[in-house]
Amino acid sequence: MNVVTPFEGIGASLRRKEDFRFLMGRGQYVDDINRPGQTHAVMLRSPHAHATIDRIDTVAAKAMPGVKAIFVGEDMAAEQIGGIPCGWQIHNKDGSPMAEPMHPALALGKVRHVGDPVAVVIAETKSQARDAAEAIVVDYTPLPAVSGTEAALQPGAPQVHDGAPGNLCYDWHIGDKAAQEAAFARAARVVKFETTNNRLVPNAMEPRAAIGDFDSFSGDYTLYTTSQNPHVIRLLMGAFVLHIPESKLRVVAPDVGGGFGSKIYHYAEEAIVTWAAGKVKRPIKWTCERSESFMSDAHGRDHVSTAELALDAEGKILGLKVHTLANMGAYLSTFAPCVPTYLYATLLSGVYATPVIYAEVKAVFTNTVPVDAYRGAGRPEATYLLERLMDVAAAEAGLDKVDFRRRNFILPDQFPYQTPVALQYDSGDYHSTLEACLETAGWAGFEARRAESKTRGRLRGIGISTYVEACGIAPSAVVGSLGARAGLYEVGTIRVHPTGSVTVLTGAHSHGQGHETTFAQLIADKLGVPTANVDIVHGDTAKVPFGMGTYGSRSLAVGGSAMDKAMDKIIAKGKRIAAHLMEASVEDVEFERGTFRVAGTDKTKTLTDISLAAYVPHNYPIDEIEPGLEETAFYDPKNFTYPGGCHICEVEIDPETGRTEVLNFTAVDDVGRVINPMIVEGQVQGGVAQGIGQALLEAAIYDASGQLVSGSFMDYTMPRAGDLPDVGVATHVTLCTHNPLGVKGCGEVGAIGSPPAVMNAVVDALRDYGVRHVEMPATPQKIWGIVNAHRLAAE
Amino acid sequence: MYDFAYHKPASVADAVKILAADPDARPISGGMTLLPALKLRLNKPTSVVDLSGIAELHGVKREGDKLVIGALTRHGDVASSAEVKAAIPTLAAMAGTIGDTQVRNRGTMGGSVANNDPSADYPAALLALGATIQTDKRKLAAEDFFTGMFTTALEVGELVTAIHIPIPTKAGYAKMRNPASRYSMAGVFVAQTASGVRVAVNGAGANGVFREKAMEAALSANWSPDAVAGVKVDPGLLNGDIHGSAEYRAHLVTVMAKRAVIDAG
Ligand SMILES: Cc1cc2nc3c(=O)[nH]c(=O)nc-3n(C[C@H](O)[C@H](O)[C@H](O)COP(=O)(O)OP(=O)(O)OC[C@H]3O[C@@H](n4cnc5c(N)ncnc54)[C@H](O)[C@@H]3O)c2cc1C
Repeated sequence: MNVVTPFEGIGASLRRKEDFRFLMGRGQYVDDINRPGQTHAVMLRSPHAHATIDRIDTVAAKAMPGVKAIFVGEDMAAEQIGGIPCGWQIHNKDGSPMAEPMHPALALGKVRHVGDPVAVVIAETKSQARDAAEAIVVDYTPLPAVSGTEAALQPGAPQVHDGAPGNLCYDWHIGDKAAQEAAFARAARVVKFETTNNRLVPNAMEPRAAIGDFDSFSGDYTLYTTSQNPHVIRLLMGAFVLHIPESKLRVVAPDVGGGFGSKIYHYAEEAIVTWAAGKVKRPIKWTCERSESFMSDAHGRDHVSTAELALDAEGKILGLKVHTLANMGAYLSTFAPCVPTYLYATLLSGVYATPVIYAEVKAVFTNTVPVDAYRGAGRPEATYLLERLMDVAAAEAGLDKVDFRRRNFILPDQFPYQTPVALQYDSGDYHSTLEACLETAGWAGFEARRAESKTRGRLRGIGISTYVEACGIAPSAVVGSLGARAGLYEVGTIRVHPTGSVTVLTGAHSHGQGHETTFAQLIADKLGVPTANVDIVHGDTAKVPFGMGTYGSRSLAVGGSAMDKAMDKIIAKGKRIAAHLMEASVEDVEFERGTFRVAGTDKTKTLTDISLAAYVPHNYPIDEIEPGLEETAFYDPKNFTYPGGCHICEVEIDPETGRTEVLNFTAVDDVGRVINPMIVEGQVQGGVAQGIGQALLEAAIYDASGQLVSGSFMDYTMPRAGDLPDVGVATHVTLCTHNPLGVKGCGEVGAIGSPPAVMNAVVDALRDYGVRHVEMPATPQKIWGIVNAHRLAAE
Repeated sequence: MYDFAYHKPASVADAVKILAADPDARPISGGMTLLPALKLRLNKPTSVVDLSGIAELHGVKREGDKLVIGALTRHGDVASSAEVKAAIPTLAAMAGTIGDTQVRNRGTMGGSVANNDPSADYPAALLALGATIQTDKRKLAAEDFFTGMFTTALEVGELVTAIHIPIPTKAGYAKMRNPASRYSMAGVFVAQTASGVRVAVNGAGANGVFREKAMEAALSANWSPDAVAGVKVDPGLLNGDIHGSAEYRAHLVTVMAKRAVIDAG
């Protein structure tokens, strides 16, 4: 019997179905998969940031034990293998397209960053492949390299690509420059602020891995890969790189241990193992080592920005002007160009009624690992810039930082709100999230706590950030007009089996988000099928019709909405079957949570009665309706979704060591309707952990020669449990007005709202030191430098 | 990892024999340092001699006014040893801060001492406490044993077998961790011993662990946090990296010295 307990539907903090498998070590990750006859691949990578490849000698290496094959760039080029494609094209101010240099899977003639793959060795064991890789002789002529974002545009800087003069990828802008200048001319005050958004290494717990498999009987290729979006990989790799039709290429992304964006992109290694499997006629496994992932997984952020805010005499914002340089790294990763443009500059209005905005963004090539979307993608950069600027401006205008924000908020009755930078926010209530957060965080009582810290020689500070973000990406027509080379709808299939259990096929992919639970709750809530009888299938192009995958907090808003639409179709068909069985007219049949009822009567049929009739159609309107009960819906959203809220952070600094401790963190977020509060809490906490990591700890540091100095966990500071407070999470809901579930998304809010809250707290803690700004990450050394300089100046 | 032969002798004599016969053989204790190096192919020993089966190398004993700690005693065992806690509580507390639980359940005092990582904890404790390192051949004072970054007086094939630590009147330790690796970036161990006040510094020295004589003098005259607070360390003798310049480390040494004296009580 189908009984849904009240604890299973929307709003229930149901424990995650998938956790049993994960906690028991029974997950099936790519590296757990072993194909019969499998060989192993090792990538030989460039030790140089920039060099010509004069000669590659593989003769001795090929003769080593167990070696099946060694391939270099020329071998792939000889077979017309394409470059790794970019999925988004930005246009320059003058309308011309961005520079889009070829990105060969294996380097051709030149290497452009440390870690650029030069050759692949395929051998019976991984150890043999490593031995042979060490025996390959590569003659390089090192070239001068450029790694810094600003340095890339300096006259005379080393050129990364011949086809990108001056290392410029694009020079783009948005907004009304003339209106901005006019607004600034009227301003009582203009506040200028410069900052760098630090470069980050995503470091998902599971390193990337890929297995290429070729069936010489059928000619079918299979790629098992650590991906957030297997269909996208099939499309990009099949159509642009290897020229394999979709019907001959299966991409499987099984359990994936975290992505944070870094597993969205199509990577060279995926194409290499798939192509090479066809050459050696054996399956090939490649598993990234951690140190290898530092130099081959796409990095995140890396902006240098200047912002200017114009205010009137009352502290109302008149306009905003932003100039940003964004580092693309050595090649364009799949979504790289859209991150500092349409995911960034369009968010610069934030939660404020800013009448005019003008932003220009230049993207540059450097001899570093490609940079692409990382949890939040563009929106953390915008939020950080704006929310630090708000604090700086409040201080300079002599305004209370909370009142200054309140004064400029978009008001609840202004929705839908059109910003001057393309987005139209559908709903939000920034005052309520602000007031709730101030209350929970004990903002009013802070000065007493500051004084108490002072008695212990510690500097206490409090920081706030009020933010909105745009996710649930995205309306296909809109992103198409902005340069996306794909649609961004989602697909859901609901298969009701004869005895009433349900299989859901979704194009979204779960790699930590808990979809197997949340999505089952949607089904339970609407169809009345207990979650135990709902199976969520994802991550396999051979099973799921199509899908665009999981990123940009889109799985529930777009993928969930597709399921909801498919359920509507199931219910509509079910009503027709029920009408036949109960000898009523379709219009009179109602459906609620698993029961079809003839309105106003006690005549009912369960969903199982209907599914049984659909698959055993003995008494069935066979002339009018096909048997079976399975429906698919493609859902293309009408707009982005706009989660927002308020984050407050309290820190304490030890001025003797410079160490900052996060004491409290409070998040009150509006993520739309909440399906599973426990999962939302976990998502926000995870995002905040990464935000605190960016603010206080993490930095990918290149030296001037292009070597990654923080290339391992010995030097790259990952946040650990002990660095984090118990993050308080609450939600305040306004519904999304344009998707059927009213949901907005919660995957990135934590990483978007938190860095400025932390940094505003750090600057507040240092208020007696005459500090206007501290760059991220606020390491102990940096803070001590500020304290020490102040002491020296006083002496 | 490159291929290597594996031996597991049951006595120090057997281990020494294998090591003497092959200069490219390496002893392994907890493997917390050696294994990562092997995995990264930074090391290519012909054979690895696993010391974990040698019973005589395990355990903590109190012998009169000193502690004798077997080379194979794990950090976790030092941290929880009733003998160590009673005799030198700050040494037990120090052991409890090395790495993480997994590391403490594998890593050994002998391995740490033989490795003499400039950022490791124990070398500062042993130097400040005036410990003696016993090998299969001889006994060496800590001063003579720790000779520089990752270098010791050990000869090829020579094994640390035990560490003899005189029990101090008072001892204290404080360190500032490297934010990324969580090893010490500047750690100071202070002790009042039979041979006077001794202060040793880890994490910061350009040439590894070292004694801070000016602080020793200051504390001999006046055992108080204030006495060391004014002692400045010359950055020229210190190490710098992305996490801490020599100037910053010099400052931290003074701060940690103060806190170590507070810890000692
Ligand atoms: C994640 C992590 C964090 C860590 N954090 C810290 C920290 O905060 N502080 C700290 O002090 N240490 C830290 N360590 C190092 C740890 O304490 C190691 O255990 C220690 O440095 C080496 O001890 P071992 O027993 O593992 O030695 P092994 O790795 O087995 O050997 C280390 C070296 O010593 C040699 N050797 C081993 N035993 C002997 C012997 N008896 N005689 C002669 N030579 C010998 C080996 O040949 C090798 O060269 C950390 C290690 C890891 C992996």
